[in-house]
Amino acid sequence: MDLKDIIKPENRVYAKTPVLTENVMHYCPGCSHGTVHKIIAEVIEEMGIQEKTIGISPVGCSVFAYNYVDIDWQQAAHGRAPAVATATKRLFPDKYVFTYQGDGDLASIGTAEIMHACNRGENIVVIFINNAIYGMTGGQMAPTTLIGMKTSTSPYGRSEELHGKPLKITELIAQLEGTCYVTRQSVQSAAAARKTKRAIRKAFENSALSKGTSFVEVVSACNSGWKLSPVKANEWMVENMFPQYPLGDIKDR
Amino acid sequence: MAEHILMKGNEAIAISAIRNGCDGYFGYPITPQSEVMETLMEEKPWETTGMVVLQAESETSSINMLYGGASCGKKVMTSSSSPGLSLMCEGLSYLAGAELPCVVVNVVRGGPGLGTIQPGQGDYFQACKGGGHGDYKMVVLAPSSAQEMYDFVDLGFDLSFKYLNPVMILADGVVGQMMEKVELKPMKPRWSDDYIKSTFKWATTGKTPDRKQNVITSLALDAAVHERLNYKLQQKYKQMEQEDVRFETFMCEDAEHVIVAYGCMARICESTVELARKEGIKLGLLRPITLYPFPTAEINRLVPQLKTMMSVELSAGQMVEDVRLAVNGRVPVNFFGRLGGIVPSPEEVFEAFKKEIK
Repeated sequence: MDLKDIIKPENRVYAKTPVLTENVMHYCPGCSHGTVHKIIAEVIEEMGIQEKTIGISPVGCSVFAYNYVDIDWQQAAHGRAPAVATATKRLFPDKYVFTYQGDGDLASIGTAEIMHACNRGENIVVIFINNAIYGMTGGQMAPTTLIGMKTSTSPYGRSEELHGKPLKITELIAQLEGTCYVTRQSVQSAAAARKTKRAIRKAFENSALSKGTSFVEVVSACNSGWKLSPVKANEWMVENMFPQYPLGDIKDR
Repeated sequence: MAEHILMKGNEAIAISAIRNGCDGYFGYPITPQSEVMETLMEEKPWETTGMVVLQAESETSSINMLYGGASCGKKVMTSSSSPGLSLMCEGLSYLAGAELPCVVVNVVRGGPGLGTIQPGQGDYFQACKGGGHGDYKMVVLAPSSAQEMYDFVDLGFDLSFKYLNPVMILADGVVGQMMEKVELKPMKPRWSDDYIKSTFKWATTGKTPDRKQNVITSLALDAAVHERLNYKLQQKYKQMEQEDVRFETFMCEDAEHVIVAYGCMARICESTVELARKEGIKLGLLRPITLYPFPTAEINRLVPQLKTMMSVELSAGQMVEDVRLAVNGRVPVNFFGRLGGIVPSPEEVFEAFKKEIK
């Protein structure tokens, strides 16, 4: 048996989903964005909803999400994606509408928009990438930055006295009556990525059932911002981020 | 015979939105324009035309809801008053940068800051010179009657889709609150999703296999690409200046002096012109209907026959700068304005005018 006998469609165990474009990602090696993009694209393909999905991209590293996931996109102002998604979903009720937001976007400048969209129970999906830092602007402190964590605007480490404690926005979101599914996942291993994929698929399915807002936080690595190698960043995340941001479903109804 | 109804200017905005195929209204309460959303909620258009009406959590949110709705090729609008418009300026800049159509109504009150809930015209600079960041412009329509409040919603949507750019209806507290007879024009149905899909190829209607993905964005990090985008926007603004200047004149044919006034002040200054004519003073009135693009060419045409011009505003003097730019020093350009929500009478304007021409 030679190689040609093996390379056949029926023997294939993995292929890149066509919902991901051929563009080379601008993300740093080790960044979680790429994995989450791939998961979203795979869910869209598997559910057969490419023609019915509209994504709202944020301000931050993932502002260019539209370069990689081959669907229609709207690029929102910083923090405003939930408002943009609200109108899009209400004017196109048969579409799947999701926002993709980082911690600076969702948990800092956009707190009003995310709270009220979730409280109204908009039938949208929110993907929340929490890497505890502002990646695109060069590693500044975020609302989710851990106590003691060094960033370019907390060079001596985040101080509780000076900056307050890290914001557990996902726990707050879970309190809102409008949300039907609130979960916290991660993508540092194949097993974790598979769980995240199940969560994102469930979130998209919920939006067709008009159950309210589905909110998926993905605790993520920003190895460039954290000044760590990709492997070390994942280890640091497991040791330090997970105790502060424990994984699992917070709400599922 | 067409139906006429007595209504407030603010109510006319709401009724017109429903009757002119508006798909979505997103707003936040603020005096003196809250009747717009109140009327819409009372009318429940989602049960008749299918129009969406939503009270947002802030003006910041409402303008970004317009961004989402406009991205879908839908006819969307909001209304607010001065402090609310300040919050919307970020969104307006994004809408202009992403080339999205929408109608934004500002029923202006006095400022700065929380100011007063009484009428004002102090948002002229904000509306006509930008307000938000970057090099952008909006068509700014200035209604002076409840009928124009009604008519300009439809005209606003036409112009916003013609240029793929926000259009502002810059009213004032007087025009918003006063009740007048309004003629209801024939209803226009909302556009179907199929019509939107086939007409607005840029809209995010869902990526189908027969086309590339549509991306609505105002971001262009490549300097050359971004400069090209800016030149394209500037080209649109030039086209507005060539094709969509609107104004009205009153007794200007033989005028030696002309007052320039818009909105409620144009109505008041019409009476001032009549007072002047009774005393044998050849006074006329130029009422800009579009504040941007400004009727510069009409001022140019009038200047050779004039001795003076005067801008009359409920501000400390904003439009007067555009009048002076148009006149370019050829005749004196005077100014009269009241602040704090005080609306001058025709007699008060006439006295101010006479003092200036002595």
